[in-house]
Amino acid sequence: MDRRVDDEEVRHVASLARVDLDDEEVELFAEQFADILEYFDALDEVPEVAHEGELDNVMRPDEVSEGLTQEEALQNAPETEDGFFKGPKVG
Amino acid sequence: MAAEGDDLNAFVTRESIDPTGEGPLSGVRVAVKDNISTEGVRTTCGSNMLADYVPPYDATVVERLRAAGATIVGKTNMDEFGMGTTTETSAFGPTQNPTAPGRVPGGSSGGSAAAVAAGEADLALGTDTGGSIRCPAAFCGVVGIKPTYGLVSRYGLVAYANSLEQIGPIAPTVEEAAQLLEVLSGHDERDGTTREPEDGTDYASAADGDVDGLTVGVPTELLEGADKGIVETFWDALNDLEAQGAETVEVSLPSVETAVQAYYVIAMSEASSNLARFDGVRYGRSGGYDGNWNETFARSREEGFGAEVKRRVLLGTYALSAGYHDKYYAKAQDARAWVKRDFDETFAEVDVVASPTMPVPPFEMGESLDDPLQMYLADANTVPVNLANLPAISVPAGESDGLPVGLQLVAPAFGEHTLVRAGSALA
Repeated sequence: MDRRVDDEEVRHVASLARVDLDDEEVELFAEQFADILEYFDALDEVPEVAHEGELDNVMRPDEVSEGLTQEEALQNAPETEDGFFKGPKVG
Repeated sequence: MAAEGDDLNAFVTRESIDPTGEGPLSGVRVAVKDNISTEGVRTTCGSNMLADYVPPYDATVVERLRAAGATIVGKTNMDEFGMGTTTETSAFGPTQNPTAPGRVPGGSSGGSAAAVAAGEADLALGTDTGGSIRCPAAFCGVVGIKPTYGLVSRYGLVAYANSLEQIGPIAPTVEEAAQLLEVLSGHDERDGTTREPEDGTDYASAADGDVDGLTVGVPTELLEGADKGIVETFWDALNDLEAQGAETVEVSLPSVETAVQAYYVIAMSEASSNLARFDGVRYGRSGGYDGNWNETFARSREEGFGAEVKRRVLLGTYALSAGYHDKYYAKAQDARAWVKRDFDETFAEVDVVASPTMPVPPFEMGESLDDPLQMYLADANTVPVNLANLPAISVPAGESDGLPVGLQLVAPAFGEHTLVRAGSALA
């Protein structure tokens, strides 16, 4: 399997992750990702191991309690309007 | 962007936060890593993305510190979002190592360890996702404890990799670290993964240095890659423990050979999901760009995140993407289960597992920045502990070529008493 990561692949992943990159970053990451992913290939040799079923869900009663006020929750937003977060158009 | 009057740049923000009660930490100055929320005091995570973020609430550990009488003296510098081993990926500039001038303090909790080593704080909180408390403790010649997963509440910790990370203490001595751990630990209804340990949380009284009859396992795999001088210092410290009545035996943990790979795949995958919240709308930088949501989002993140964060978010996205999930993420979970099983089997034979905390001495400033993979490899001895959800302590073991060396002890889950007892025989 071809491990070489090309610029196009880096741009695709960056678009999925919603992180813009400049051309220099794309080139550098393509090179570094190839090395790192090749290193990760060692995971192919890991034997199948039974995962222990030791975890239990911890439940609590669903009771109303005090939380942040709307004002507090909005205080770090760059833009708000009428008590809402204000973001760019979705479409 | 270093804070004024701060030669080491150990603090991103110097701000005195008063105690709310009196207790075991009355009169004690505690520094808090800058990814732990402090009400009304900015919490940057070492990132431009959160340069102006002011939390509206205190983390549980901050509430507990203040109630126990502590005075918080500031928020400490760190690798951006905890992603690094040197504190050099911080958007607020690197921190100097007070114990080894010209060298990095380790990371990601480098500011916390440097502040304690330099006496700028009596104690500090760090966070440890893959070694971020133990590495800087080792590099700065102080004590650091990574608690068992679930011992300390993560409520108010800005998440990087939830399934791996814990908040823990950094202190000059094991006894002081144990006192701080006592204050931090125990169930919190706001973190469903926390629980009250069966043997209680009376850790400070365990700092009696009694190692008579203690069996210490030394995994050959964790010595193979370490520098010669570090291995010599490590054995000197073990000889010291043996002279006090401990017994050392060789053990084998074959699964650690793929622990670094598993750790990075899991941590990056969790990071890619956790950091999706930084969109420049709810918090973070908004450039006021034109365009639709996705375009604006991507540009805000280009500007707000540094290179290491972008690298990990992208690689995590890649590892979880269609066609690669089974190859990377699923195999990493197998490797994680394998590490857990290896430790379980080893703890049937020994009380604690010992290794050098770091296989290398503190890097020179700037040395590791160009080669991320080399930096990841330095985490070989610390990441298995996070994968297995276990507690570990790093204690100063001496020096090699004039540079501090840390010794790591690992115990079974909720075995913090054992770590404190054994560690206090050394520091």
